[in-house]
Amino acid sequence: MSLPLHRESIASLRRKLTAGEITSQDIVQDLLQRIASVDPKVKGYLRVDAEKALAQAAKTDLKKPLGGIPIAIKDNINEKDEACTCGSQILKGYQAPYDATVTRKLKEAGAILLGRTNMDEFAMGSSTEHSSYQKTANPWKLDHIPGGSSGGSAAVVASDQAIASLGSDTGGSIRQPAALCGCVGLKPTYGRVSRYGLVAFASSLDQIGPFSKTVEDSALLLQAIAGQDVMENTSRPVPVPDYRAALNQPVRGLRIGIPKEYFAEGIDPEVNAALKKSMDWFADQGAELKEVSLPHTHAAVAVYYIIATAEASANLARFDGVRYGHRTQTLGDPLTIYRKSRAEGFGPEVKRRIILGTYVLSSGYYDAYYNQAQKVRQLLRRDFTNAFQNCDLLLTPTSPTPAFKAGEKMSDPLQMYLADICTIAVNLAEVCGISIPCGFSSEQLPIGLQLIGPHFQESSLFRAAHHYEQAHDWYLHRPNL
Amino acid sequence: MKSSIDVAYVAGLARLELSEQETETFQKQIAGILDYVEALQQIDVSSVPDTPIDPNLPTNVLREDTQRESLPVESVLRNAPKSANHLVIMPKIVE
Repeated sequence: MSLPLHRESIASLRRKLTAGEITSQDIVQDLLQRIASVDPKVKGYLRVDAEKALAQAAKTDLKKPLGGIPIAIKDNINEKDEACTCGSQILKGYQAPYDATVTRKLKEAGAILLGRTNMDEFAMGSSTEHSSYQKTANPWKLDHIPGGSSGGSAAVVASDQAIASLGSDTGGSIRQPAALCGCVGLKPTYGRVSRYGLVAFASSLDQIGPFSKTVEDSALLLQAIAGQDVMENTSRPVPVPDYRAALNQPVRGLRIGIPKEYFAEGIDPEVNAALKKSMDWFADQGAELKEVSLPHTHAAVAVYYIIATAEASANLARFDGVRYGHRTQTLGDPLTIYRKSRAEGFGPEVKRRIILGTYVLSSGYYDAYYNQAQKVRQLLRRDFTNAFQNCDLLLTPTSPTPAFKAGEKMSDPLQMYLADICTIAVNLAEVCGISIPCGFSSEQLPIGLQLIGPHFQESSLFRAAHHYEQAHDWYLHRPNL
Repeated sequence: MKSSIDVAYVAGLARLELSEQETETFQKQIAGILDYVEALQQIDVSSVPDTPIDPNLPTNVLREDTQRESLPVESVLRNAPKSANHLVIMPKIVE
């Protein structure tokens, strides 16, 4: 008995495509049917361009590494001649004049760009409830949130409406929704993947990465999008290794650090139990587990909400109603047009963060907030450097709890911010992290485990994650839709 | 330092018009967030230099100064709320 095509991974579909058993059109047709039946419930896509996807499928070059594979893209990554709303009214009607580097690379690798996924407005949020277009549901429990900000990209992969997708991660926006929806989500090292064409939220933290059904697929996608880019001067000239080769290296001998601060109060007991079991498994396989300390962990959320909002307030200054985006109908001088266009175009969470970011950068407060946060960021980075002197990887929960109910944290922004407590420090230290499924709560909601690696050591993440994944069957579970 | 934010004033700096309702809600919420981040000021940062250099970030990334094709004007201006003759149109600002 074979699985329907939409259930399969990139690797298995590629085998069937190159063996001539199926065509790319078969995959696209099957996904379009799946989307038609499931997305009215999940609402993960903002747009699906069926005609374009089928046309691309007809021209598939199977010799290319991702030839014939349909992939969904978060709606903050430019794709030439497509809309790119960032989940915001202010970009309603905008059509990208160019391809982001990752979009160009996916096209060059033969992938089919299937559709654009929902997100928190300008990637600000942890539940995708801050999208100004629609609320995406958690495929496992429709009245629960899928996580965020890349909630659409996670939900469409978890509900088999895409074979894989791209998202962006500024404080956990790939890993947290991957954990809450039960798929694989990778945040590469800062500088591993070009940000050119990703609409900027917090430029020193943003990084594009893949969502997938398996760790192997995550490696295949990173292979396609990684590398230095002349268009983006924080992308680094570090050689891109063969990530797939890392999958077969044994777990035995890996030194895995368990940061005690990540297992403190506030962790849901079921999450804690699932993590403990995964630690036992790694120990049984001959990995060396050791307790480590990242002493500044408690400061990470505060540092993040100063640095990220400061950078956002500067980045979002470009939305002024002049060259692109929404312009108010109100007549008046330029200042009035800026103020009104922004008031009409931005939603509440974006406004809140612009104000906070403007404040921490303003005269008289800059030293106390922004400068202090930058210094504590260096201490957080040192924590990781020290920990990685004695271990190859760190193992933590991805999210302190499984998915929460929609609406639960909307009126209390601070509670929403604390949902990212396990993922934020990874962005601040610019290291890499992956979330993979490691169990289910008693309510049948997925639980994710996070592996964190040193700068540019994604191979170590893939190695450990792949072995864990293949020895368990969590990645084969599917929501009942 | 204990600070109190004047949301209406900061919104002016950010070129953002807020309704009275928004100003009131944000005033409360942002004050709460600032209380939370206040704890950072207790952390000893004396071991970090005043201008922290991020060792992972490159400096002076240079490229050849060569001519390249730019985006077609039409594809850029189609996003402008108003344009004519290859220019973005704004309301009159001088009498």
